[in-house]
Amino acid sequence: MKFGVVIFPGSNCDYDTYWVLKEVFHQETLFLWHKDHDLRGIDCVVLPGGFSYGDYLRSGAIARFSPLMQEVREFAARGGLVLGICNGFQVLLELGLLPGAMLRNKNLKFLCQFVHLKINNAETPFTNQGRPGQVLRIPIAHYDGNFYAPPETMEEIKKNNQIVLQYSTSTGETTEEANVNGSLENIAGLINQQGNVLGMMPHPERASEAVLGSQDGRLIFQSIISWLS
Amino acid sequence: MIDKKTLEEHNLTPEEYQRIVELIGREPNLTELGIFSLMWSEHCSYKSSKIHLKKLPTTGPQVIQGPGENAGVIDLGEDLAAVFKIESHNHPSFIEPYQGAATGVGGILRDIFTMGARPIALLDSLRFGPLDQTANRVIMEGVVSGISGYGNSIGVPTVGGEVYFHPCYSLNPLVNVFCLGLAPKDKIFYARAGRPGNPVLYVGAKTGRDGIHGATMASAEFDENLEKKRPNVQVGDPFKEKLLLEACLEAMAQGLIIGIQDMGAAGLTCSTTEMAAKSGTGIEINLDLVPQREEGMTPYEIMLSESQERMLLVTTEEKVGQVQAIFAKWDLDAVVIGRVIEGKNLKVWFKGELVVDVPVEAVVNLCPVYHRPWKEPTERGQQILKELPSHPSDFNRVFRQLLASPTIADKEWVFRQYDHMVQINTVFLPGADAAVLRIKGTPRALAVTLDGNSAYCYFNPREGGKIAVAEACRNLACVGARPLGVTNCLNFGNPEKPEIMWEFKEVVEGMAEACRNFNLPITGGNVSFYNETEGNPIYPTPVVGVVGLIDDLKKALRPGFQNQGDLIYLLGPWGESLGASLYLREIVGQEKGPAPRVDLHLEKKIQEFCLEAIHQELLHSAHDISEGGLAVCLAECCFHSESFLGARIALPPEPRPDIALFNEDQSRLIVSLSPEKEKTFLQLAETKEIPLTHLGEVTGQAITITQAGQIIIDLSVAEAYQIWKTSLPNFFKIKS
Repeated sequence: MKFGVVIFPGSNCDYDTYWVLKEVFHQETLFLWHKDHDLRGIDCVVLPGGFSYGDYLRSGAIARFSPLMQEVREFAARGGLVLGICNGFQVLLELGLLPGAMLRNKNLKFLCQFVHLKINNAETPFTNQGRPGQVLRIPIAHYDGNFYAPPETMEEIKKNNQIVLQYSTSTGETTEEANVNGSLENIAGLINQQGNVLGMMPHPERASEAVLGSQDGRLIFQSIISWLS
Repeated sequence: MIDKKTLEEHNLTPEEYQRIVELIGREPNLTELGIFSLMWSEHCSYKSSKIHLKKLPTTGPQVIQGPGENAGVIDLGEDLAAVFKIESHNHPSFIEPYQGAATGVGGILRDIFTMGARPIALLDSLRFGPLDQTANRVIMEGVVSGISGYGNSIGVPTVGGEVYFHPCYSLNPLVNVFCLGLAPKDKIFYARAGRPGNPVLYVGAKTGRDGIHGATMASAEFDENLEKKRPNVQVGDPFKEKLLLEACLEAMAQGLIIGIQDMGAAGLTCSTTEMAAKSGTGIEINLDLVPQREEGMTPYEIMLSESQERMLLVTTEEKVGQVQAIFAKWDLDAVVIGRVIEGKNLKVWFKGELVVDVPVEAVVNLCPVYHRPWKEPTERGQQILKELPSHPSDFNRVFRQLLASPTIADKEWVFRQYDHMVQINTVFLPGADAAVLRIKGTPRALAVTLDGNSAYCYFNPREGGKIAVAEACRNLACVGARPLGVTNCLNFGNPEKPEIMWEFKEVVEGMAEACRNFNLPITGGNVSFYNETEGNPIYPTPVVGVVGLIDDLKKALRPGFQNQGDLIYLLGPWGESLGASLYLREIVGQEKGPAPRVDLHLEKKIQEFCLEAIHQELLHSAHDISEGGLAVCLAECCFHSESFLGARIALPPEPRPDIALFNEDQSRLIVSLSPEKEKTFLQLAETKEIPLTHLGEVTGQAITITQAGQIIIDLSVAEAYQIWKTSLPNFFKIKS
C-alpha cells in the first residue's frame, strides 16, 4: 500500500504521520507538496495536523485552494481513501468533502490532552478493525474542534451513519462532560456519505507507540491497511 | 550635535558618548547613535555582567560550542548534538503580555535553528505576582496564551517548565523561554561572514516599525510612562517563522550557507555587525533593497527595527540562485542586500548616501565593561527567623492550604494550552520532575528541567545560586538522566545599585561553584537586568536549564507511586530549618531566612546513588523535595500514581512535625521500591554511605502521617487531589 502525506505551508504533524506509517507500519509512504499536481499513484491520501497557513482567516480555509487539492477532490470522487487529521479534517470541511464546520472550543482555549473516543461506526475503511462501542484513548490538540452543522445536515449525518468517533467517558458514554470542546453529538470523527473520506480531530499518530502512552491509534491505520489489502 | 536629551532617550551616558566619539574619530550621526545605543545597551553588551560571567565554567569534553554564539552545543554521542539556550522576554511581557511572550518564543526558536538544529522542545519559567490581583491574572493569561499561540502554531512542543508566584513579580513578571534542538554533530552553522565579496542576503518577513528600541527598553526600569512603550514590543507571526525554519533548514541541508544569524534584539544592526566582527571583515548593505512593509521608513528605523522572523545569511555568489529558489518555494523574501567587504566597517547606504560608517569592532566588542560597585545589604542577613512559629493546631488545614498555593498547585490549566505532544517525542508529559523526550530510533532519551528558587537567592544569593544548579541536576537524577550542560537566565534588578550588583556577583559565584562540583559546563545564556518598577526590584532570580541524557529510556522513572505495598524511603537528611520556605512565607506569614544551605558533596553522592539505583532497576519511583517540603512531595507521589495510591508514613521524634514536614532543606528525595529489592537497595546505600530513612509504605487511599503514634495528617488522596487540581483553574473561572 502506498500512502501520501500532504505538506502545506504550516503543516506540523507531517513528519509525525510519515514516521508512524513508514517506521511503525512499514508502509511505502511519500510526501506530497501542496503545489504539486500529481498524487503519484498512492492508495490513501493523508492530510496531517498543524496550522496550515497559520490558521489565517479560518483553519484550513486557505489550504483548500492549494493546487494539489484539485487532484484530491477527484481522487475522492473516484472512491480513493482520504484521511484528514485535525487541521486535515478542517481542510476537508473547507473543501466541502465533509459536511459542517469547526468552531472555537467551548472553553475558548487550546486543548492538548488525552481523550476517550467511542467507535460509533466500525464498518468504515478507517475503523473496520474495531467493534462498535469500543473505546480508544487518543490525544487531541486544537483550538477549533467544536463541530457544528445545521439541523438538516445533522439529520442527514445521523441517517447515513456518518458519525464514526465520539468523545466519551472511559466506559464509552457520550456525556457532556466528556465532550471537551462542545462538538454537536460529541463528534470527534466524521465520514462522508460515500464512505471513503474521514476527518478526525484526535491524532492517531500520537497514539501508535507504547512509549508515548497509548497504542489505540494504531487501529485507524491498521483498518486502512486491512481495507486496502 | 547630539544633545543631552537625545543621549538620555538613547540610554547612553555622557562618558559612553565620549568613548564612541573617540572610537570612530568623530561625532556619530543620529542613525549611528541609535546603533550604538542598541548594541551598547545592557541587553546586548552585557556591560555590567561580563566581569562576573567570566567566572562560570564553560568547558568540558562534551562542549562543541560554549557561550558566544546564538546557542550552546553539546555532543550527545552517536553523531548527534544538542543545541539549546534560554532567554528572557520580561519587559515586553509586562507591557504586552501576549506578544511579549509570543515573540520571546519566536526569538529563542530562531537562536536554535540558526545553528542548523531543528527545535524539538520548548520549556518556560514564568513568574507572576499573586493571583488574587486582577492585573497579575491578566498578565498570566496573556503570557500563557502568547506562548501557546506561538509554540503550537510553529509545531514545537512546550513540554515543561515552572510557574512561580511572589509579590516581587507583580509589576515585573518574568518570562524565560528555553529551547532545545537536535542537529548532526558535524553540521552546526555559525554566524560567519566568510570572505570579502560574499553576498549578504536578507530572508524572511518584511521590516516594519515594530520593536524599535526594544533592546534599549529591556535595559531600563519601568516608570509611569510605560504605556508609551507599547510600540517597543515586537509583534510575532508564527506561521512566517515556520516557513523560515523550514526554508533555512532546507538551505542548510543542501550546503548552501556559509554563515547565518537571526535578527533578534537590535535586528539588522546586530546581525550585520556581529557577523562581520566574528570574521574580522567589514560589511556593507543598501537599505533601499531591504523588504519593507511600511512606507517612508528612515535608515534609523530600518536599522533599529526588531520586526520578527528575519534572518541574515551569507553565501557565495554561485549559490545565491539556489538559496533564493528554496526561499521562494516557501513564499519568503530572500534578497541580496549587500556584501562582505574589505576593511572592518559597517557601511550602510540609503538613497545613494552613505548614512552609517562605523568600525564593527567598536560596536560589538568595545563597549565599556563596567566594574560596578557591589555591597551586601546588612539588613538582609538580619532578616532571619529568630523564634520558631507556633505549632499549627490543625495540620490537615495547613496541608490543604499548601496544596492550594498557586506555586505548588497543579499546573494543568497552563500546560493543557500548550501542544506538548507534537513531534511525537514526549515520553513524560508535563508535571514530572523533568521533561523526557525520546530520541527516535534509539533506546536513548533527553531530559530537561528549568529551576531556580528566588526566595533562597534573596536571603543568600550564593547558596541560592548553588541550589539552582543542584536542584536542576537532582530533578534529572530523579528521572534517571545524567546532566550534560547548563544554560542560565539571570534575572535581576538595577545593576547600578550596589546591593543588586552584590546579589548578581554572589549568585554567579554560587552557580560557578556548583557547576564545578558537578563537572558541568555553562554553554550560554542570558542576563536580564533592570527588572524593577518605581524602585522596587525583583528578588534575584537565576533560572537554570539543564539538559541530560538517559541511556536507556525503558529505565526512566516517574514520580508517582506504582504499587500497594511498596516501601517509601527518604534519601538525605530530615532537615532542620524553616527559613525561606513557602510554608513560612505563605502559611505562617513571615518572610524570613536563612536560606537552606546545600552540601554539594552530599548532593552529588545522593544524585549518583539515585542514578545507580535506577540503572539497577531497584526503584519504582523517585521525586525530589522542594517547595512545600516532604509533605507536598509525598502528596505529589500519590497524585502521580495511576490510581490515587495512598501512603502511610511515620515521623521520628525529632525534629518537630512542622519542621519535618515543611522544611525545604536540600539534597532530599522520596523514593519507592518493591520489598523484594530492599536488601539490594540498602546494601548499595551502605556502600555509598547514603543517609536514608524508611518512612513507611504505599497503602490505602489516604495520606497518613504520624509521629509517636499520633496522627498528624490524615487526608484522602482524592480530596487532596481535588484541592491541588482545582486551585489554579478557580482563579481563572469566568465570573458572571
